Amino acid sequence: MDVIALAWWQLAIAALLVVALAGCTALMRLGVGRSLLIAGTRTVVQLALIGLVLEALFAAERLLWVALMALAMLLVAGREAMARQQRRLRGGWAFGIGTLAMFLSSFTVTVLTLTVIIGPEPWYRPQYAIPLLGMLLGNTMTGVALALDRLTESAWRQRAVIENRLMLGQPWQVAIGDIRREAMRSGLMPTINGMAAAGLVSLPGMMTGQILAGTAPGLAVKYQILIMFAIALGTGFGALAAVSIGSRRLFDKRERLRLDRLAAPRS
Amino acid sequence: MGEALRLEALGIGALKEVSLLLAPGEVLCLSGASGSGKSRLLRAIADLEPHEGEAWLGDTARSSLPAHQWRARVMLVPAESHWWAERVGEHLATPPSEADLAALGFDAGVLGWEVARLSSGEKQRLALLRAVAVLNERPAEAAALLLDEPTANLDEAMTRAVEAWLSERLGERGWPTIWVAHDPGQVARVAGRHWHIEGNRLVEKEPRAWT
Repeated sequence: MDVIALAWWQLAIAALLVVALAGCTALMRLGVGRSLLIAGTRTVVQLALIGLVLEALFAAERLLWVALMALAMLLVAGREAMARQQRRLRGGWAFGIGTLAMFLSSFTVTVLTLTVIIGPEPWYRPQYAIPLLGMLLGNTMTGVALALDRLTESAWRQRAVIENRLMLGQPWQVAIGDIRREAMRSGLMPTINGMAAAGLVSLPGMMTGQILAGTAPGLAVKYQILIMFAIALGTGFGALAAVSIGSRRLFDKRERLRLDRLAAPRS
Repeated sequence: MGEALRLEALGIGALKEVSLLLAPGEVLCLSGASGSGKSRLLRAIADLEPHEGEAWLGDTARSSLPAHQWRARVMLVPAESHWWAERVGEHLATPPSEADLAALGFDAGVLGWEVARLSSGEKQRLALLRAVAVLNERPAEAAALLLDEPTANLDEAMTRAVEAWLSERLGERGWPTIWVAHDPGQVARVAGRHWHIEGNRLVEKEPRAWT
C-alpha cells in the first residue's frame, strides 16, 4: 500500500487557489479576504510546527514527552472552550470546569481505548495516543463549550423563572433542571447528529484520511466506528461533568441563584 | 396552630437592622416609595440573596433548615409571577380545591389553560393559588406568607375577593403575613400593623390612618 508523496510545490498550487479566492472576495468587498489569508497562513505554520513536534515525539517514544504534549493540548483546549462562552463563570471557574471536564472524559476514554481496545506496544505509543487524544479533545471541547455556554446563557435569561421556582420551595437541582437538560442536549447534539449522518452525507475525516493513506476501507470503517464511539463517550461525559459542576456553581450553599458569579458578555 | 415569624437584624441594601415579630395569623402591611427596598426585604427573608441577619419561624432558625425547606414554608409570592411549563396545571403538584378556585373566579378547567394566554390579572391570582397549594401540601406544618403587591393587576371587585380569600386562609392556618401594599384603602382593610420604609429605616404607622 503506497502513499503518494506530496511535495511542497504541490501544496503551493492549493495555496495559490486560496489566495485567488481571497482576491475574488476582496474585489467583491465581502470583507473576508483578510481573515481567509490569515487563517490560511496560520494553518500552514501551525501544522508545519506540529509536524516537527510529532516527528520528534514519534522518534523518542517516551511516556514523559507524550504526557507533556497531552498536557499542552489540554490547556489549549481549556482556554479555547472558555473563549467560546459568552457569559462565563468568574474567577477561573470557566477555564477550570472546562479543563477538568475534558481531562476527566477525554483522558479516561483515550487511555481506555488505548489499553483495552487498540492495545499498541507500549500503550502510550505516540502514533496512536496523540491523534486519538487530539480528536477526542477537539470534539469534547466543542461539546463542553456549547453545554456551558447554553447553561450560563439560559440561566441568565431565565433568572426570573428559576427564582420563582426557588420561591415555591423547589431544590436548586429542580429549579434549574430544564436548563440543565437543554445544556446537555446542546452539548451532545453535534456528536449525535454526526453519528446519525456518518457515511451518508460525507465520509468522516479520519476514515477519508486513512483511505487516502492506503488503508483498506473495511479497516478504516472499524477505526472510524471506534473513534466515533470514543468521541460520543468523551463528549457526553465531558458535557455531563461540565453541566453538573457549572450548574452547582450557579447556586451558593443557601441555594440562591448567584448570577453575580457570571462575567458580563464581551461585545 | 400557626407559629410566629421573627426577623433578627436583617440587613439588605440600604435597609439595616430590621427586626420584627409577627404573631401567628398577623398581617403586617409594608409600604414605601418605589425602589425603597420592599421587594428586596422580602427576598432577604426568603433567603434569595446574600444579606445579614437571621429569621425564625416559631423555634426553627432559618439557618438550621436547608434553604428550599425554609422557602417551602416561608412562601414568597413575587409581584410578577413566572411560569415554566405550557399549562397551568403542570405547575401544581396538588390542584387547588374547587372552593379556592371559585373564590378567585376560576373553575377546574383553568388547570388546562395555556400559560401563554393568561392575562396579568389571571397570572397574579393563579400565582397565589399556586403558592397556597404548596403550603397546603403540608397542612400540619407552620408557614408564613410574603406577598409582594398581590393585587396590583386586579380590578376593584377582584381585589376585594383576593383580600377576603387571603385573610380567611391565613387566619384559619395562622400564617404570619407580610403584605406589600401601595393603596391606603387596602392597608386599612387587611393590615393589623403597618410599617413604612423611610430612607433606610422602617417606621411604624397607624394602619387605618395612612394617607
